[in-house]
Order: sequence, then structure tokens, then C-alpha cells
Amino acid sequence: MMYGIVQFSAVLATALFIFSLYWMNDPTTARRGVIAGVVGMLVAVVATWIQPEIIHHGWIVVAIIAGFVVGVPLSLVPLTAVPQRTALSHAFGGLAAGLVGTAEYFLGVGQGAEQLTAFRMTAIVAEVILGFLTFTGSLMATGKLQEVKWIPQRPVTYPGQNVVNIGCLIAAMALGGFVVVHPAAVWSPHAFLGIVGLALLFGVLLIIPIGGADMPTVISILNSYAGLSAVAMGFVLNNKLLVTAGALDGSSGLILSIIMCRAMNRSFTNVLFGAFGTVQKTTVAGEQKAWKQETVEGAAQLLEQAQLVVVIPGYGMAVAQAQHKVRELYDQLTKRGVTVKFAIHPVAGRMPGHMNVLLAEADIPYTALVEMEEINSDMPQCDVALVIGANDVVNPAARYAKDSPIYGMPIIDADKARTCLAIKRSKKPGFAGIDNELYVQDNTWMLFGDAKAVIGDLVKQLAGGGLH
Amino acid sequence: MIDALMAAQAAPAEPAAADYWSTLFVFVLSTFIGLGVIRRVSRLLYTPLMSLTNAISAIAVVGSIVVAGADSPPLIRILGGVALFASTTNIVSGFLITDRMLKMFKKQ
Repeated sequence: MMYGIVQFSAVLATALFIFSLYWMNDPTTARRGVIAGVVGMLVAVVATWIQPEIIHHGWIVVAIIAGFVVGVPLSLVPLTAVPQRTALSHAFGGLAAGLVGTAEYFLGVGQGAEQLTAFRMTAIVAEVILGFLTFTGSLMATGKLQEVKWIPQRPVTYPGQNVVNIGCLIAAMALGGFVVVHPAAVWSPHAFLGIVGLALLFGVLLIIPIGGADMPTVISILNSYAGLSAVAMGFVLNNKLLVTAGALDGSSGLILSIIMCRAMNRSFTNVLFGAFGTVQKTTVAGEQKAWKQETVEGAAQLLEQAQLVVVIPGYGMAVAQAQHKVRELYDQLTKRGVTVKFAIHPVAGRMPGHMNVLLAEADIPYTALVEMEEINSDMPQCDVALVIGANDVVNPAARYAKDSPIYGMPIIDADKARTCLAIKRSKKPGFAGIDNELYVQDNTWMLFGDAKAVIGDLVKQLAGGGLH
Repeated sequence: MIDALMAAQAAPAEPAAADYWSTLFVFVLSTFIGLGVIRRVSRLLYTPLMSLTNAISAIAVVGSIVVAGADSPPLIRILGGVALFASTTNIVSGFLITDRMLKMFKKQ
């Protein structure tokens, strides 16, 4: 009877989770997906909790209450902080898997070696390595995204870095191999704790050389690892619900990583071991063209007289929290009959979909948000391309400069618009440290300053109608 | 600490020979289902997708409950309790923030 309840609840929860993700295919049905997910989760938790072997309820209640106390505030962070919240939740997911794996190993050792079959031990080792490397790796990513002072933002590289990293992983796997063969030898528990330590270290080493521009890819990869560690936990506990839910999470992370890698024209290995952003050779030895600066009045006039304005947001918009001002600008322009579209590059911002969420927060209808592939054919008809804090994703060097780190990366063709207005915080190059020739093109005009302030001025100018 | 952990004696009996092959089967099939379903997810919703899958994979809560609540040595149960706390945090914050973000996507 109990067995039947558990199995039935697992099947039901799996089906609900699949529906939950299925409904995410459209913004109009997506909220249904959340309800399906919550119901699936409740079913699974209740069915597990009522098992007769669960006898210490007090601890469970305390842990769950603590989870609520921390979880609710974490869900209320400003949307600009969503990338670090996501990274932090990958860390929690990895931690849970690592701890359960550790607990299962020591339980098995206590019960005798026959409990720890080779298959089960392999699953435990995989769970522990994946879980703990995801834990520290994601914590590092969280720190970088949150711009914690003692974690360097810029990629940190040193000679032989890849050898050290891979050596660390190989050492952990070798120890894992020993423990699988001899799960209950006298030294095995020590070797096991060695695996834990190496996995924790590997997570840190893996993220140190990664810069902000790579965060969308890295967050996706960590998402995949977090899912896979849940799968490994499912193998350890022989629980198929853990396997299905973990596989859904793992495949989601995998697909997002592939999309992010393609959007940067890079491979997985290159992202993880390439140390993007350190390759900045100052190749501009030749004649350097000058910026042309535009006044707020001039820019407002350009925008007002346009028929089609394409806004290209980047991380700079998120940093300046400019999305609400962008909405006001959108209102001012659409009121005048100007068509305004938003061109979204897949890796704009610090995580997949970052720009969409920020613009949606500012009540910009999602029908105005257009993907890179679709907008590029419209760019020659676009009167004004307004670049807000985006840099590498509009850099024409990606098309032909073979020595550039962004060579081959698909970009939004801001340079093909009739006029380009670029709002930029400073005259320094972007995150990848590459000069952007879009800014010195004949038809590009720069507006220097904080994105929020500049757009606020534009809105004031348009609202005041002081141009006529 | 190792000695304390190894003092695990009265743990619950393992279920009869775990059928790892059928679990592997389930893993492969659900990965393909996952790839098929996720491929269709709207590109607008990648950020909420990530927080939603995050909450779903916090199903690890099930494993944590078993470790925290079964009749095991206290140190093992502490590990389980911390894991349970971490998973619950992901479930609560994951579902709540996903819904909060999805509410913002409006057509007009």
C-alpha cells in the first residue's frame, strides 16, 4: 500500500513537472506551469514524509521553516539581482546533493561494505563530485555577479592553470575510483573526504578565470551540473522521481548552454578553459577615429523624427537600472507614432533572458521584444538604433576581425541602421576589453553618461516638446 | 568526525536489490523528453525557465527528508537537515520568483 502511494505520487509528480515546463512555451500559459510545479512538489514531499521510516519529524519541520525564512526574501530580490540569486540557488542545489551523497556513503560504511555495490558507489562519487563542485563554483559565480569585494571580477589566470584544474579533477576521480573498488577499507573514508575537498577546490578553480561576459554560459552550465547531481542522487537512493526531475533540469541547462555558446560562437571547452576577456591586445596602433558626441536635444530630435527605432539593451541598462526610464521613452515615442522595437541578443546581460525580464518588469509589452535573428533583416530600414549599455553584441569587428576574441559571434546589426545612437557610461572599452568601431562610425553619435540619467534627459526633452 | 559518522549502525534496511538498469533507462528517456520540451520554451522566458527548473530539481528535498528523518546517527541527520534546508530554500524562492517574473510579461 505505502509502496503504491510512493510510486504513484512519483509518476504524478513527474507528469506535472513535464507539463510545468511544457507550459513555458508561451508567456500566456507560463503561470500555469508554476502551479503544476508546486502541486507536483507538494505531492512528492507529502508522499515521502508519510513513510513509516521517517521518525524524526522535528528536524524536518525546523529545516523546512528555515528554508522558508531564507527562501521568501530570496524571491523578493530586485530583478537586476536575479542572476546572482539563480547562481546561489545552483549552489544550494549542489550542496544538498553533496551532503546527501556524503551521508549515504557513511551510512553504507556503517552498515557494511555489501551495501556499497560498485554501481551505487559510482553514483555516490558522481553525486558528491558534481554536487560539491557545483556548490563552490556557483558560490564563486554568485560572488562575481554580486561584485563582492574580495572576489576578483576580472578573469584571474596564471600559467599552467588548465593543467592545475584538470589535475584537480583527475585526482578527485582517481580517488573516487579507489573508493568504488574498496568502499569500506580503513582508509576509504579519508579518501572519500579527499574527494569532497578536491571537488570543493575544483569548483573554485573552475570559476576564477571566468569573466562577466561569460556568465550567461557559465550559469547555464552550472544549472546543468545541479540537475545532474540530482540525477546522481536519484541513482544513489534508487528514486526515479529524482532522476526524472534532475534530468529535466540537466537538459534545460544543457540546451541553454548550447544556445549561449552558439550566440558567442564558442565551444564549451573554450568557455571553461579559454579565460575570455584576458586576450585584450590593444591592436589600435593605426589611425584612431574620434567619437562624435551628440547632445540630448539632437538625439531627441533624431528619435522623434524616426519611423522605426530599435533599442538594443545590454548589461549597462541593468547596471544603471534604466529599464523604467526606457519605458517612459517608449511611451513618448509610441505616442508620436514611432514604432519602437527591442532587439535582444541571447547573451545580453548576465544570464539567459536577463533583458527580457528587466523590460517586462518595466511593463514593456513582450510583443515589442524581438530576437536577434528576426530583427537583423529589419536593421537597414531602421532609422535610429539606440544602443543602451550594450557593447560586444553590436561590435562589427565580430564579422571580420579574425584576431578579435569575439570573431564569429553573431551580432545585432546596429551599424546597418541609418543612424546609431549609443549611450555609454564611460569612454572605456566594454567588458571583453575590445574596442568597438561601431562608436566611431560615420553615422554613429555617442551620448556619454549613466544610462538612466541620459534616457531621463531624453524623456524630459521629448515630454517638454521644447524642440519646436 | 569520521568515527562519529561511521558509528552509523541502526540505519534502515536497503530496499531489495536496487534496479539500477531500469533507473538508467528512466534517466535516458527523461533526458530526451526534457530536451524536447525545453527546446519549445519561449526565448522570452529563459530567466524564469531557469528559476523554475531550479525549483523542480530541488526535488532533492525528497532524498533530504529520508536522510534527515530516518533513524540514523545524529551527524548523518544533521547533514540531511542542512540538505533539506538548502532544497527547501530553492523550492520556495524558485517557485515564488518564477511566478513574480511571469506576472510581468504582458502583451499590451
